[in-house]
Amino acid sequence: MRILAVLMALWAWIGWVGALSAFEIEDQRLYPSDAEASTLRIISTADLNVFDPVLRAFQAQNPGITLDYTVTGTSDLMQAIYTDGAVFDLAISSAMDLQTKLANDGFAVSYQPGSVDLPDWALWRNQLFAFTLEPAVLVVSKSAFADTEIPQTRDELIALLRGSPERFQGKIGTYDVRRSGFGYLMATQDSRNSEAFWRLMEVMGRLDAQLYCCSGDMIRDVASGRLALAYNVLGSYAAGQAAAMPDLHIVEMRDFTNVMSRTALIPATVENEAGAQAMIDFLLTYNQRPDLIAATGLPAITNASLETNTALRPIRFGPGLLVFLDQLKRASFLKNWESSLEQD
Amino acid sequence: MKVFGSIRRRLFFQLAGVAAILTLVFILVVRGVAERAAEGTQDDILTASATAIADSLHSEGGAITLDLPYSALSMLGTLNQDRVFYRVSVAGETLTGYGDLPLPDLVPNLGARVVATLDYRGEPVRLVSVSRRIGPAANATTAVITVAQTRQGLAAISQQITWTATGVGIVFLLLATALSLWAANSALAPISRLTGAVTRRGPSDMRPVRAETPEELVPLVEALNNLMARLRASLSRTEDFITEAAHRVRTPLATVRSQAEITHRKLNKPHHKQAIREMIRAIDQSSRSAGQMLDHAMVTFRSDALARDTLDLRALLAETCDRLEPTAELKDIKVLRDLPDDPVTLLGDGILLQAAMMNILDNAIKYSPDESDITITLQQGDQIRLSISDQGRGFGNADLGEITKRYQRGDNVGHVVGSGLGLTIAEEVARVHGGRLDITHNQEGGACVSLLF
Repeated sequence: MRILAVLMALWAWIGWVGALSAFEIEDQRLYPSDAEASTLRIISTADLNVFDPVLRAFQAQNPGITLDYTVTGTSDLMQAIYTDGAVFDLAISSAMDLQTKLANDGFAVSYQPGSVDLPDWALWRNQLFAFTLEPAVLVVSKSAFADTEIPQTRDELIALLRGSPERFQGKIGTYDVRRSGFGYLMATQDSRNSEAFWRLMEVMGRLDAQLYCCSGDMIRDVASGRLALAYNVLGSYAAGQAAAMPDLHIVEMRDFTNVMSRTALIPATVENEAGAQAMIDFLLTYNQRPDLIAATGLPAITNASLETNTALRPIRFGPGLLVFLDQLKRASFLKNWESSLEQD
Repeated sequence: MKVFGSIRRRLFFQLAGVAAILTLVFILVVRGVAERAAEGTQDDILTASATAIADSLHSEGGAITLDLPYSALSMLGTLNQDRVFYRVSVAGETLTGYGDLPLPDLVPNLGARVVATLDYRGEPVRLVSVSRRIGPAANATTAVITVAQTRQGLAAISQQITWTATGVGIVFLLLATALSLWAANSALAPISRLTGAVTRRGPSDMRPVRAETPEELVPLVEALNNLMARLRASLSRTEDFITEAAHRVRTPLATVRSQAEITHRKLNKPHHKQAIREMIRAIDQSSRSAGQMLDHAMVTFRSDALARDTLDLRALLAETCDRLEPTAELKDIKVLRDLPDDPVTLLGDGILLQAAMMNILDNAIKYSPDESDITITLQQGDQIRLSISDQGRGFGNADLGEITKRYQRGDNVGHVVGSGLGLTIAEEVARVHGGRLDITHNQEGGACVSLLF
């Protein structure tokens, strides 16, 4: 019996390690509770330095919960939950399409929150809960545009890049949509909204665009002058670092700017469901915490921001988001993208 | 009469019951129709989605491929937040989508659709499949496109409609119940009207009922009218019989009495005279008894259906006195009348009241000694008091409460002729008029009999 138990524990451990090891962990931090009653395991795509204030504020409200916060990429998060069956109590991701697929394919459990001061579209099926409103922006280096007007639309950007290719050769960056779920979401939404997207990709490909996995790296490289501009950068991260990096300038495109929402869901493998629900409740009141919004730099959902800037195109939940996750659709999109960007 | 059930109750419960059944049917039908409509809408959207996918199938360099249109799936999110699944299979091989989504049992014909409902990934889903021929004409293959959606939105719509229908149904039921109550009352109104018409009639009103009668009650009213006709005939026969009997008994007795008196005068031998006197006494007693028995029968009969005429008691009393004054004068008895100046009105049966007064006064005269006074008083205060006071022998030691019982007489009647019915008659007449008979002894001798109304 004892041997059997040991064997089973060993087998479970191997399974657990195996599951964990299948996706790439970028960062991890434990927030131990003084009076630990339960542990809440969160897998998230939000960087630790960004999300740290939210986690601390949550723990201040729920002192009995120890937080185990794991940072990973959007695609890795999808893989962890969808393929590997990793055990987490909460998944927070900026890739709305992947989150939608998780909920649609039955990898999320429902939770009926109490009264919520959010627009209807912020909740989907009581499984996806959106709490931020973050635009995808163009980040430019001020010094690179010292004598040129900064483009405000995609057409202006295309014209500028075409007009002076020697200035931008190898000095523009964008997401590698094959590696980043967020980049893929923004690219596909761009392609839906405007034909200019493919022309832009063609032009960027000709200028030997640098491909990145993450917004942070692009922002750093623009600030350091390695890049003149980066396209489709997560605006909230850029805004957070603009203060520290004076050379950084953020452009919300005037023709249209995709706006995504960071969403939380409770995976079907949840073990601490009460803790997860407490965190959902906390995140749904995020828009009533100006201190946290200031600390994280993640804009909260307000109807006012959408009304003042009509170019903002918030991405809405729904089965439409599943379309670009279709195997054939994804394959053909990536093929087009590669042929546009990688011309050498 | 045995009360068995109530028409009103039965009518009400039956109407309300019918309303309840109709309400239930209404709710079920509305729900059924609404569910069918919602299901139809979902089927149509699923078909549109599947057709849109089918339309974007194309063959590229010999291989069949698909550029999934954004709208094909996004349209499914317009109505609700249900989960969406799809599968495109070509020649049995999954091209894209959810490989484990069940294919339809049979390949749908071109232009037609196959719908199914089954469980997929732990939830019931609605599936719509369409087919499309694809590829070069020589070796075209069949592609089957299946789009599925969970049915939570449908269930929510169905539930909402069920609630609405139930709400409407309950309001309808309440309204129908109130109307049932009104209808039951209204349907029974003619019966109440008829009952009122019959109840309001006077006691001797034996005319047929002529009130407006609904068709259904005509047989009952006819039966009632027949019964009343028979009763009327029977009553008039009884009345005739009483009058006839009194006449038939009294007249021969009077003849026998006068003959006996003539014979008494002609006879000389004292013991013969004595025998005839005995005979006359017996005849008197018979005549009186017969009269009083008939009076009593008449009182019983008339009090069953008491007339309520407006009478002047003073006039009635005066008339009675006038009629008995000759008898009193034979014994030199003075009848002193102490009557009020104004008429004393009373609702009642004049014949009965007169019979009562006659009997009391007759008794007073009978039991009074010669040359005495009888005082008749009529007073109207809170109640009407009619007293006849004599100076006779009173009732001896007889119980005054028992004296009015039938055939009961005082224990000091001696040889005076009487039947013991006089006071019984007076008492009954007083009772049927809502009054009573009061008998007292006067302090200076004699009795006082009063009628109190």
